[in-house]
Amino acid sequence: MNALLERYPDEVKAILARYPQEQKRSAVMPLLYLAQRERGVITVKDMAEIGELTGMEITEVGSIVGFYTLYHDSGPRFRVQVCTDLPCALRGADEFLKRLCENIGVRVGEPTADGSLVIEEVTCLAGCHHAPMFQVQGDGEITYHEDQTVESATETIAELRRRAAGGQHE
Amino acid sequence: MPVKMVNLTIDGQQIQAPEGTLVINAAMRAGIHIPVFCYHPKMEPVGMCRMCLIEVGRPVIDRTTNAPVLEADGTPKIAFAPKLETACTLPVADGLVVRTETQKVKDAHREVVELLLTSHPLDCPICDKGGECPLQNLTMGYGPGQSRFLIDDKMHLEKHVPLGELIFLDRERCIQCARCTRFQREVVDDPVIGFYQRGRSLEIVTLSEPGFDSIFSGNTTDICPVGALTTADFRFGARPWELNHAASICTHCPVGCNLTMDVRREARSSGRTVIKRIMPRQNEAVNEIWICDKGRFVHHYTENEQRLLQPLVRKDGELTAVSWDEALSLVAEKLQGVTLTTLVGGRLANEDLFNLAQLTQALAGQAVLYGEMAGGDLVQQVGLAPGSNLGEVGKGTAILVVASDLHEEAPLWWLRVRQAARRGATLIVLNGRPTRLDKDAQHVLRYAYGSEAQALANFLPGQALEDPAWSAALHAFAQAENVIIFYGSDGLGLEGTAALAQVAAHVLSGYVGRPNNGLVAVWPHGNTQGAWELGFRPTAELANTLRSSGAVYVAAADPAGDSAILAEALDEAGFVVVQELFLTETARRADVVLPVQAYTEREGSFTSGERRVQRFYPANIPALPGPRPDFVIAAQVGQRLGLALEARAASLVFQQMAQRHAAFAGLSYQRLAEVTEQWPKIDRRDLYYGGTSYQNTQGMGQTLALLPLALPPLPRLVAAANASKEGALRILPINRLYDRGALLRLSPLLAGRMAAAALWLHPTLAAAQGLVEGQRVAVELNGRTCELEVRLDENLPVEAAFLPRSVV
Amino acid sequence: MSEYVLLRHRQIPNLNRLEVYQANGGFGAFRKVLTEMQPADVLNEVKTSGLRGRGGAGFPTGMKWSFLPNTLWPHYVVANGDESEPGTFKDREILENNPFQFLEGLMIASYAVQANLSFVYLRGEFWQIGKQLERCIATLERAGLLGENILGTGYSLRLVVHMGAGAYICGEETALLESIEGKLGQPRLRPPFPAVAGLYNRPTVINNVETLTNLPPILANGAGWYRSLGTEKSPGVKIFSLSGCVRRPGNYELPLGSTFRHLIEELGGGALEGRRLKAIMPAGASSSLLRVDDRVLDTPMDYESVAALGSQLGSASVIVLDDSVDLKWLLNKTVHFFKHESCGKCTPCREGTYWMSHLTERLVLPGKAQAGDAELLLAVARQMQGKCLCALGEFSTMAVTTAMQLFPEEFAER
Ligand SMILES: Cc1cc2nc3c(=O)[nH]c(=O)nc-3n(C[C@H](O)[C@H](O)[C@H](O)COP(=O)(O)O)c2cc1C
Ligand code: SF4
Ligand code: FES
Repeated sequence: MNALLERYPDEVKAILARYPQEQKRSAVMPLLYLAQRERGVITVKDMAEIGELTGMEITEVGSIVGFYTLYHDSGPRFRVQVCTDLPCALRGADEFLKRLCENIGVRVGEPTADGSLVIEEVTCLAGCHHAPMFQVQGDGEITYHEDQTVESATETIAELRRRAAGGQHE
Repeated sequence: MPVKMVNLTIDGQQIQAPEGTLVINAAMRAGIHIPVFCYHPKMEPVGMCRMCLIEVGRPVIDRTTNAPVLEADGTPKIAFAPKLETACTLPVADGLVVRTETQKVKDAHREVVELLLTSHPLDCPICDKGGECPLQNLTMGYGPGQSRFLIDDKMHLEKHVPLGELIFLDRERCIQCARCTRFQREVVDDPVIGFYQRGRSLEIVTLSEPGFDSIFSGNTTDICPVGALTTADFRFGARPWELNHAASICTHCPVGCNLTMDVRREARSSGRTVIKRIMPRQNEAVNEIWICDKGRFVHHYTENEQRLLQPLVRKDGELTAVSWDEALSLVAEKLQGVTLTTLVGGRLANEDLFNLAQLTQALAGQAVLYGEMAGGDLVQQVGLAPGSNLGEVGKGTAILVVASDLHEEAPLWWLRVRQAARRGATLIVLNGRPTRLDKDAQHVLRYAYGSEAQALANFLPGQALEDPAWSAALHAFAQAENVIIFYGSDGLGLEGTAALAQVAAHVLSGYVGRPNNGLVAVWPHGNTQGAWELGFRPTAELANTLRSSGAVYVAAADPAGDSAILAEALDEAGFVVVQELFLTETARRADVVLPVQAYTEREGSFTSGERRVQRFYPANIPALPGPRPDFVIAAQVGQRLGLALEARAASLVFQQMAQRHAAFAGLSYQRLAEVTEQWPKIDRRDLYYGGTSYQNTQGMGQTLALLPLALPPLPRLVAAANASKEGALRILPINRLYDRGALLRLSPLLAGRMAAAALWLHPTLAAAQGLVEGQRVAVELNGRTCELEVRLDENLPVEAAFLPRSVV
Repeated sequence: MSEYVLLRHRQIPNLNRLEVYQANGGFGAFRKVLTEMQPADVLNEVKTSGLRGRGGAGFPTGMKWSFLPNTLWPHYVVANGDESEPGTFKDREILENNPFQFLEGLMIASYAVQANLSFVYLRGEFWQIGKQLERCIATLERAGLLGENILGTGYSLRLVVHMGAGAYICGEETALLESIEGKLGQPRLRPPFPAVAGLYNRPTVINNVETLTNLPPILANGAGWYRSLGTEKSPGVKIFSLSGCVRRPGNYELPLGSTFRHLIEELGGGALEGRRLKAIMPAGASSSLLRVDDRVLDTPMDYESVAALGSQLGSASVIVLDDSVDLKWLLNKTVHFFKHESCGKCTPCREGTYWMSHLTERLVLPGKAQAGDAELLLAVARQMQGKCLCALGEFSTMAVTTAMQLFPEEFAER
């Protein structure tokens, strides 16, 4: 039983249809996003199912998950990813991250106590001219938040945590 | 098509190499060693470790005239590229000038080694690879004396990661060369290990169930250029330099892989010398440098403490230990004046079979081969001709595999057939159910079980079929210059395989005698073909034969263990003598049990399915006090009957054999021990190039001559009525690599991989029978009831259920 | 600035709507190409325009297309929208605000090499952009500009957006192809080049998003018009992503050959209050540093002139550093970036970036540096150079070697 196919029959078919018929393996990345959509993580079972759909060994699917940083095999629902790469850092991103973490009361890379969210450092997101900036990954989306202050970021995070507490997935 | 030769210069040497050759290999052939880590001559180059950097110069070409620019002295002007290039990815080209020994190159080698070592734990003193480690050797040869990397900065990673129960990974030692993952993907098409993460965090993982689920996994430990991958049985077992080596041949399938047994005295075994590991030995005509895991790990049964050590004789109903003399005399006495049946298995060596055959003949007995597959007599006439080599087969050759699952039955043939297909051979797979080989075949054809021979008969000259798949396959087959047929016993017994072999022989009759043409039988054992060569024949009437025998002489077979019917028949037979390693069901029923040596303890020769006769040698282990080689026992029985049988040495038995049997004419132990130069060069001086597989110095064997063609006329082909009683479920046996045979059961390492005692069915058939997945059913087979688990597989045909043959 | 060539949305509101784009001449070039020109004519026009790749290497676009053998089919075109070089954010602005011009460019390129299936590879973080592009593509399909038998010419084209998932290396063209093929984003050996054996082992053109966005105006206005912009060897316009220590960071579209001074001081507003410019990284984190002086500031920003200074124009991601920036800190940042992004395939990059990161970390942490660390850092960087499988490893050493060479005083041991 392929649960992924059962849950998203149309999406799976549409994804497979994008690539040449004999190149099913190309669909592995979009399928991984699909598997990650609801829970923010990709389980070993998901990998096996995607392997089935793309004709790959489960280990090969796992390798893809491991290589790319936007796929996760564990972790909280939301990831607040602050760019601290050179151009942003030149405009105060390191200080911004430090103060934001103090404000929220977490350390970088460690999920909040309610397990809803983690603040992470990431490399350049192509938002250098709007530093400090971060992206939020969760619920199958990625949204950019630019020209941020610690206050605005704190508010965004509070909103995410409210969403997580309410349990509602979009 | 003649290959174009290219002229180049390496380190001042003028070298000629076929177009397309990589510089690394051209240099190697010329005796110039360029260090490598990721490159392996059996795999596509990837150029990732950057160890093989060289300086490359190319002739300067005048753009306007397209002619080479010349120096003042008339030699071509050479422009050296500013950047070093990788010798492992660069094809030779005319006029190329390569330098491997300049300061720039030496610096690069030193620098790459230093970089590699920054992440390496340098734990050579406790590493299994120490002593045969490419990294160690190349560090000594090319590396810096000292690293500038701070030891405290070293990354610490897990050191004993089981990638399954056979292979362990030391993450710290891995140098990310990807040889292992590439082998699994490219060579054996089992990408069950892979990289996880990236950059310096790259690590090898497996998610398969069971872990590292590949029957070729052991080979990765041979080509791993560091001690990252080790086998469960050798890790922490010994240092390579403490080992003694002996050449051997695997007896567990008809391929006849060349092995090297490494032995050492062992404290854990109270100072006894034991086999520490089985390694592949290079034979490019047989197994190249690979072996399957069964061949590598199964030998542990030879050390099992249940081995028989003393002759046993039944006294007052009990098997009682006696002296050899008493036992042999009793046997000799009892064999006289009765109808004798000698029943042998395909594990015996040629020499054993020869002496047993002589004995049987002298006593006017019947020489019976135990097994359910026929056709070896035809293979003697239409088998692969001398000079054949599957490794050289490609375009222009059609390979037809019928009624066999090569991956399970003869793993190295699967590998070589698959590679032949990739080189351009036309691969046709004809079977009643899907097998692993389908994936590599251009033509996959199906038949209904029972009509195998009819299906194969379509390949007789002049046949035409409308079905497009068939017609395409027949056409491709007819176009081929060379034709090789592998036939097996998938779902078949003696009758079915006999018919199949006959048809195959007729299909091949126009091709016989030319190299790379002929019939190969996928036998269950390593020397089944040898038994045919030496006169043993299977019989469909085995139970009756046994029952009516005054004496039964069994060697290397366990009929009573396999079948209740045969067990009963044996009980009814007169005197029963059994030569065995273990107290099998058959031995338990015997009047005399004679303990034999295992193939690891003695010498002899085997005849592979390709009819290559190859010698095996005793490992340097002190012989167990009691057991004797089968041929010696047979000879000693014979001697007591006044027969001139040879017991002194296997080589002398072979001499007699060569005199008696036309196919063996001209062969001798000396000739079997001949070696010719092989490519890739595997000599253990340059472990970094080919890995730790052993060089072949003890013999590559000789292929038997074909016997004169005298084919029986084609039988009238009708679908065999092997469907069972009306309404009853039809159950067909299939062959599995890790079968449930006695020897495998006694090899603890492979226990976890044993073929399940299960009944496989198509869901539709299961539903019709009222069976569900996982259910346990009692099945009556060969007079015995066994309990099997129901497994569903929608790829199977609906007509029958399947189970591993050895469960039967 | 007269009229924008690429950032036209800055002058035309709602340009990301098809009707607005078309009302402003959009798809005129594509129609003309499809109905009036042979593929070879398109190729020639692009060759004549002198357009060079905007992804970093500056390779002549027309010439790249001409390498595709016409004996092996199908051909593919892949737009490189991975945009992950620190300091680069130009493709993002195009994709967000002027998507149809980019798509039109991609469609023209596809026609020129007769590809019937083309891909847009976007970095995974451009999730929103990906959604929008898919909507744009659907709009074009409905408008009959994509799909089967476009405009009745018999030419068919399908576009697929393929999202990356967080890997800078996938901007490297062969790693990108691997990624589309569902493999680890690790670069391939070259040769063979993608033009011969690219996606699915077929001839493939890979062009940067900005490169492709240049095509509609070139085909609409002619190669001659394009050559009237920029310099002789670097014709046309370029988007400069300005970031770091300046007052007005952002994208600036300028003719190639405009000076650093014009970009940084006139447009970017110059150094921040009380600060002096110290160095420029003209090609993002991969750059060789330039020590700021008048000669550098007055250098025209084109491929040749910047190379003559010992640096690279690259993707023209100009990161400005002022006198508050500690170069050890800077190297620690760049080296960590490359260490994080190294794919791990080749030894020098995998091990070298890891080693360098230990050294730069010690250099910035007070009291941690050991005697000879700076020297060793330089030695490791040099040791990596010339040995890596792809350019990423090479990139990781550029800032290190040039910073230490140009500002030795900052690395002297105290
Ligand atoms: C490490 C690395 C990263 C790269 N990243 C990008 C990128 O994000 N976007 C891009 O267009 N080109 C990038 N490139 C350049 C591409 O390999 C390629 O040259 C380019 O896409 C070709 O397009 P163009 O000819 O239009 O410039 C990168 C190259 C390297 C070595
Ligand atoms: S495990 Fe061995 S073969 Fe595999 S990458 Fe590591 S060092 Fe190479
Ligand atoms: S790069 Fe040539 S051997 Fe590894």
